Amino acid sequence: MSILIDEKTRVIVQGITGRDGSFHALSMREYGTKVVGGVVPGKGGSEVEGIPVFNSVNEAKDKTGAQATVLFVPARFASSAMKEAIEAKLEIVVCITEGIPVLDMIRIQESLEGRETRLIGPNCPGIISPGKSKLGIMPGAIHKPGGVGVISRSGTLTYEVVYELTRSGMGQSTCIGIGGDPVVGTGFIDLLQLFQEDSETQGVVLIGEIGGTQEEETAEFIREYFTKPVVAFIAGRTAPSGKRMGHAGAIISGNLGTAEAKIKAFGEVGVPVASSPGEIPGLMKNLLAS
Amino acid sequence: MNIHEYQAKQLFERYGIPAVKGEVLETPDQAFSLAKEIAAPIILKAQVHAGGRGKAGGVKMAKTADEAREKASLILGMSIKGLKVSKVLAYKAEEIRREAYLGITIDRSAKRPVLIGTSEGGIEIEQLAKEKPEVIYKIPIDVSNGQLGDIFESMASNIYPEPELAAQASDIIARLYKIFVEMDCALIEINPLVLNDQNNLIAIDAKINFDDNAAFRHPEWEQMRDPSQEDSREREAKNCGLSFVALDGDIGCIVNGAGLAMATMDMIKTAGGEPANFLDVGGSSNPDKVLNALKIILSNSRVKAIVINIFGGITRCDDIASGIIKATQSMKIPVPVCVRLTGTNEDKASEILKGTDLVTEKTMPDVIRKAVELAKKEAVKK
Repeated sequence: MSILIDEKTRVIVQGITGRDGSFHALSMREYGTKVVGGVVPGKGGSEVEGIPVFNSVNEAKDKTGAQATVLFVPARFASSAMKEAIEAKLEIVVCITEGIPVLDMIRIQESLEGRETRLIGPNCPGIISPGKSKLGIMPGAIHKPGGVGVISRSGTLTYEVVYELTRSGMGQSTCIGIGGDPVVGTGFIDLLQLFQEDSETQGVVLIGEIGGTQEEETAEFIREYFTKPVVAFIAGRTAPSGKRMGHAGAIISGNLGTAEAKIKAFGEVGVPVASSPGEIPGLMKNLLAS
Repeated sequence: MNIHEYQAKQLFERYGIPAVKGEVLETPDQAFSLAKEIAAPIILKAQVHAGGRGKAGGVKMAKTADEAREKASLILGMSIKGLKVSKVLAYKAEEIRREAYLGITIDRSAKRPVLIGTSEGGIEIEQLAKEKPEVIYKIPIDVSNGQLGDIFESMASNIYPEPELAAQASDIIARLYKIFVEMDCALIEINPLVLNDQNNLIAIDAKINFDDNAAFRHPEWEQMRDPSQEDSREREAKNCGLSFVALDGDIGCIVNGAGLAMATMDMIKTAGGEPANFLDVGGSSNPDKVLNALKIILSNSRVKAIVINIFGGITRCDDIASGIIKATQSMKIPVPVCVRLTGTNEDKASEILKGTDLVTEKTMPDVIRKAVELAKKEAVKK
């Protein structure tokens, strides 16, 4: 098993005719993802390498039975594209787009409450269930099917960690990049709940970074509810206060959101924090063996 | 994006929030003339994009015109947290009866804006939150709710038991929220909101940060930008489409992705070195980006070695390698460059880098260890 997506998940790509949208739609299909259509307003009836393009998400869903969407839509149009996907009641919405205003995301968040739709992102690499399906931009080849779940606020740092896991023989059940923005659809805790129920997942790697208090809240959740082994990594120990470190959400405000506080919080609940990505597989192996 | 106090107060004026506006001065003589004209004690405040101005000596009171000139000249010459002060905001000192705090920011966990208020204003809110969290009120706001009057009133009466003052405060909060939403703020703050001797509430200070992601729908922000408050290399990097933050160390970093860039900095520190910068070249792999990144890093003469750490996904390693070669041909690179390229097209990349005097390594720890070692050797040479 895996969480969120598997080889049966039927996927559409919003913004499929753009440079990134078409490139990644094809690379997803090549990986094995069931890419059943694309959506670009005004370009319905055309196709991208055999993938039919529709004018609206509703139409695409009716004609293809799509359950999930991946968005490659420019920031200024992304929130209305997300809204369309939410109103069409797709189960999974993955928003890759970076640079969406936080107040737009807050409005999207409010429109999600009480609905079944799960939003991943924005500003994220997406989801992959290795060997089954990927909804995102990560390089498929570094992944390997297995029993470690990965949840991360980052993109390439996740690849680095996955690469280390794979090299040391540890495959992954599902890897999710939740996004580098201050307000994202799905957080660490939501996904830990899914991993808790997933029989294939034996342990979870959490990759956090400076900014906000999500890691601290997650540590508390792990102590109370999560029973599988967890290894954490926190980026930004050397980041200065008050500076945005690339990601909109990666900023220490005053004394809030430091790496030290997060490392301490995980330490207090018995979650080992690796000091480099290369240490993660060893720590996980030890936990799984004991 | 930060703006100055005087600019925030201009916005307050536009939205009808009572504030002590004052005059923006750039010379000590202007302070002399203003103090003479007012003929009462004046307050002089450094206009700088840094917190803790008061503690740094950037806020002073002057009782006479001569004193105003002297103190303005002190403030105008100073730097606060590395930022030069070139403007002073000056106004007549207010009679202060009480000081409160009002602010709105984003509560990430609640995924909503949060209204924050306390009757104990005038000190740093973070300090207060540590010492007396019980006196701070926080109310999350539903942005889709058009009827927020009750929320504003309840916050106002938490701070002011007197109905008349609560009514004034509630009106100020409503206007503050209007600015927050209409101007895409990440933070808006009045600290302190003062009760003066005429029994009126008035903003003595004003702080606003904008959400950079919303810049596309606010062309007017560009005019509020003060280039003197930005690091020149950070500005140049931004123009080249790079995300860059200057740090104090001597090992330059070029990395793709913000998380990996932070992890690279951290590992440099663990290996006994100090990073000179944060730099994310982004997802696309335009070779010119690498060239520009190297130029910006080398404009800092402290840099003694450079790490290039790329995990190719969308970024193609061969494009990065071509960019490095292009840079070595078009400029002199006086320090060792240690390169690690893994992922998409890494074989082509190592073909391209063959025969150069670049230091190449296969893994992240190896390339970092090597750069720290070489930087130490360079330091000894100099």
